[in-house]
Amino acid sequence: MIDREQVLHVARLARLELTEEEVGQMSEELSNVLDHIEKIGELDLEGVPPTTHVIEVSNALRPDVVEPSLPRDVALASAPAVADGGFLVPSPQAE
Amino acid sequence: MATTDLTALSAAQAVEAIGRGDLDPTELFEAYRQAATREDLNAYLWVAEDAPEPPAAGAPLAGVPLAVKDLFCTEGVPSQAGSKILEGYRPPYTASVVARLAAAGAPLLGKTNQDEFAMGSSNENSAFGPVLNPWDRTRVPGGSSGGSAAAVAAGCAPWALGTDTGGSIRQPAALCGIVGLKPTYGTVSRYGMVAFASSLDQAGPLTRDVTDAALLLRHMVGYDERDSTSVSFPPGEVVLPSAESLAGIRLGVPEELTGAGSEQGVGIEPGVLASFRATLELAEQLGATIETCHLPHAPHALSAYYVLAPAEASSNLARYDGVRYGLRVQDGGLLGMYTKTRSQGFGKEVKRRIMLGAYSLSSGYYDAYYGRAQRVRTKIAEDFRAAFERFDFVVTPTSPSVAFELGAKTGDPLSMYFNDYCTVPMSLAGIPAISIPNGLSEGLPTGFQLAGPAFSENRILDAAHALEQAIGFDARPGRTA
Repeated sequence: MIDREQVLHVARLARLELTEEEVGQMSEELSNVLDHIEKIGELDLEGVPPTTHVIEVSNALRPDVVEPSLPRDVALASAPAVADGGFLVPSPQAE
Repeated sequence: MATTDLTALSAAQAVEAIGRGDLDPTELFEAYRQAATREDLNAYLWVAEDAPEPPAAGAPLAGVPLAVKDLFCTEGVPSQAGSKILEGYRPPYTASVVARLAAAGAPLLGKTNQDEFAMGSSNENSAFGPVLNPWDRTRVPGGSSGGSAAAVAAGCAPWALGTDTGGSIRQPAALCGIVGLKPTYGTVSRYGMVAFASSLDQAGPLTRDVTDAALLLRHMVGYDERDSTSVSFPPGEVVLPSAESLAGIRLGVPEELTGAGSEQGVGIEPGVLASFRATLELAEQLGATIETCHLPHAPHALSAYYVLAPAEASSNLARYDGVRYGLRVQDGGLLGMYTKTRSQGFGKEVKRRIMLGAYSLSSGYYDAYYGRAQRVRTKIAEDFRAAFERFDFVVTPTSPSVAFELGAKTGDPLSMYFNDYCTVPMSLAGIPAISIPNGLSEGLPTGFQLAGPAFSENRILDAAHALEQAIGFDARPGRTA
């Protein structure tokens, strides 16, 4: 069960703003999904190592060679706002 | 040749016809361009305006055009991953696999609709509207690669690229009556694919037949230094399948995934089960031996998947913040901009999965959810390894049901997630699996799934080819009944 407060907490972590209606829906839907997921709690997984990657690859290295990358103007071309050759964002201090 | 004759050729047949000088690639491209422009399934989000220059002489794919799922970055061409947050985004570079195929002579025909960020099993989560199933326009094509599957099934593309994270190639292929292959994780570069769950995402072909799947895959695989999880495809190239017999092949039928009334009453529809069993009999006639096998942890695969995939997604989708590209919604300061942009740019299911992922990764819950799910993943991979000591392939129905009606499952996320019941275990294990058309149930296509050990694509394609010949399915909607 995930309650209203938890929904609002997780939404803050995820930088999402939910309407009052969405909070209620999310609480119900996530609770249903989590109820199902919680069944993995019944398994005995003592001593089982976690899998983070399925195909054995270790130290994927390539030669450290300088190569051309995206030109600045191309990298900035899709930006919503640009100033002085960089991405322009609102002030972090503003409310 | 008349336009309909041109688009009736399979991709491999078209490659041959061009090679013989019987078919002009520009004419072929134009025939598909017109079909893609005219289609009324909402399968395409963008279609090329002009036919490209014919490919270099001897290009192995000879200029046969390719439909590409929206989430592959294509330079200068809208690449929106089915999301409003990327509406109109035209990337400055092209995904490795798309570039590789273009170099082999498969030019970009169009970008296909999909569930937003590949999250969905019905294509109803696209910000650009649902795709309709060409077999019955009141039904879903499956998802998330629904546009690619519908386009191929309807003859509006010779073949298409999709991506599969938990079944997103195989399930729509099954529901649209075509072939869909999820390769071994790492064999196809993920560079330039909009990420959903990076440890699971894998690109693969959606095609009309098994030969086309092999031909397209042959030019997709290969090491790419721009993807740190990329591996070489051993031992060399993908071979076009020729087998017509299954002599000596041992098929394992996992009781946990196919048993009647399995876990939670996730029943497989009787019609789907009947066509699955009929194909097992065919396989036996072709020389295969069939036995029940066990994947004891498979019933927990869906739970582990719906922890791991949303957790990875919540991290991957943090990049959509209105700063560098895509939607920006201003609201006071920086934090307000992030929050408004994401709240207005993401759709319902994407928000749900981000929330689920952020929750299971949050302090106090990490070990209970994420940590445990990673251990379940280990057990599932071990289950498959054990099964493959006794069997060449594990086989199941691809999807528990035929294509369902639009809107039938949108109100109940959990019932939607159960579409992936038989496809998610292979994704967690990183192993290859193919879905081939397996006849009709209630007039709608069903799929037969074959999964094998990592890097067994050539053997899977051969076995799938033998079955395909024996099943004799006509992949054109409305032609078989």
